[in-house]
Amino acid sequence: MSEEILRAEQVTYTYDPDETEPLFALTGVDLRVERGSFTAILGHNGCGKSTLAKHFNAILLPTGGTVLVDGIDTTDEEQRLQVRRTVGMVLQNPDNQLVSTIVEEDVAFGPENLGIPPKEIRARVDEALKTVGMYDYREHAAHKLSGGQKQRVAIAGILAMRPDCLVLDEPTAMLDPQGRREVMETIRRLNRENGMTVVLITQYMEEAVDADRIVVMEGGRILLDGTPREVFSQVPRLREVALDVPQPTELCFLLRQNGWPLRQDILTEEECVDALAALLEG
Amino acid sequence: MLNDITIGQFFPGNSLIHRLDPRVKILLTIAYIAAVFVPVNWYGLGLAVLFLVTAVALSRLPVKLLWKSIKPILPIILFTALLNMFYVGGGTVLWEWGILKLTSKGLVNAAFLAVRIVCLIAGSSLLTYTTGPTTLTDALERLLGPLKVIRVPVHEIAMMMTIALRFIPTLVEETDKIMSAQKARGADMESGGLLQRIKALVPVLIPLFVSSFRRAYELAMAMECRCYHGGEGRTRMKQLHMGLRDAAAVAVMLLLFTAMILLNCWTAPVL
Repeated sequence: MSEEILRAEQVTYTYDPDETEPLFALTGVDLRVERGSFTAILGHNGCGKSTLAKHFNAILLPTGGTVLVDGIDTTDEEQRLQVRRTVGMVLQNPDNQLVSTIVEEDVAFGPENLGIPPKEIRARVDEALKTVGMYDYREHAAHKLSGGQKQRVAIAGILAMRPDCLVLDEPTAMLDPQGRREVMETIRRLNRENGMTVVLITQYMEEAVDADRIVVMEGGRILLDGTPREVFSQVPRLREVALDVPQPTELCFLLRQNGWPLRQDILTEEECVDALAALLEG
Repeated sequence: MLNDITIGQFFPGNSLIHRLDPRVKILLTIAYIAAVFVPVNWYGLGLAVLFLVTAVALSRLPVKLLWKSIKPILPIILFTALLNMFYVGGGTVLWEWGILKLTSKGLVNAAFLAVRIVCLIAGSSLLTYTTGPTTLTDALERLLGPLKVIRVPVHEIAMMMTIALRFIPTLVEETDKIMSAQKARGADMESGGLLQRIKALVPVLIPLFVSSFRRAYELAMAMECRCYHGGEGRTRMKQLHMGLRDAAAVAVMLLLFTAMILLNCWTAPVL
């Protein structure tokens, strides 16, 4: 089961290759993503996380190094469609990714581009809309939905292409808390129940906590890479790059700094409560 | 203030007219517009009105809706009728003042023209009321399909129309937002003369323009992400089917034409 679907090798990227001293958005990234995993890429603005995401479905091509999607080099123009139907990408602003006025017609857009027969498209659209819980809205006007609903329709539009891997570039950044919950719920379910490989780009640590693996980026390279527990236990290093850690982790960190003997890898509220209770009971 | 704009004024329904193949509907509308100009007397025109009334009844549209589409055109109808009234001579002179001369023939002519224009407007709004905007663009794409041979970018035109329709409400919403933002900063948009009001719109239009370009860029990327690569090899989820009822509709239209032409031969023209 440890088959890899995405592989980045020494990837560098600059937005202005014609400059004599170009500024690099990516400065040598090595990353492998396994099939069926849930990876969160965490970092604040300008760390290169979105640039990296756009490499995974050939929207951007590396200036140096290689990106392999299911073994296909993304620079291979002949295979571009194959790359894009393997890795589906959901963008930040739901308003700017819906193409059609009607929900079901929008979801059909991807499969239509792939030249899939009409009956099969109908089946895929219905299935995708059911997966994200928007089937009842299939005939609604897209612009009348809430932000979270629009983003779920956008996810359905990608799912209808039946990708192996879903890359989401800050899908919750423009949403209200309710919409954010809906979308995160959908993403989690896709990974757990449908076995979809998920790469979630985010600035919010609370969204990253649910992942199997967290990759922290800073200055165009990977700073930390490990399970949420491993990554969040490195409180000082995360603070250096101005990233938050979950509140229980931070509390325990501060207590430990003041001499209290607490574990370093506390992540959830329950763990924190248990640890503190044990400490108080002596 | 901009919330009540309806796109393509589609009135959803499931009537016989709604279910006609959109391609047939477009062609029949064009045919009807031509048909309105065939009759030379009231018998033929009466037939055209009868056809329209039947079609509206079949579509089960509220009559108020049709009135809404005619109302804005009313001044134009009155104006053309007025011009015709005095322009066409002949018949008995009813009233005279200087060079203005109102004749019986002029009066009939004006009324005839007014009825024609109303039929024209009502007939074409029947199409947009009973056909969704995406269905309409879809049908247009297929109807114009043969033009691809002479290199008309039919698919691209249809795609542009689809996207334009999709983004109208989004941009309206955005305009509202920018206007509120500018008002919050003290912009005055409701007073002053015409020129001043137009000037006051500049700080609304510029941000709207800039953001539209950003949206366009993002949409292009999203479309690429969804494997869009032009019209080649594209399939459609919704297939259009022409059925018996479409054939029947075409037959009725042909009947209308035949009846009108025969009436023109047998009865005297009013003009």
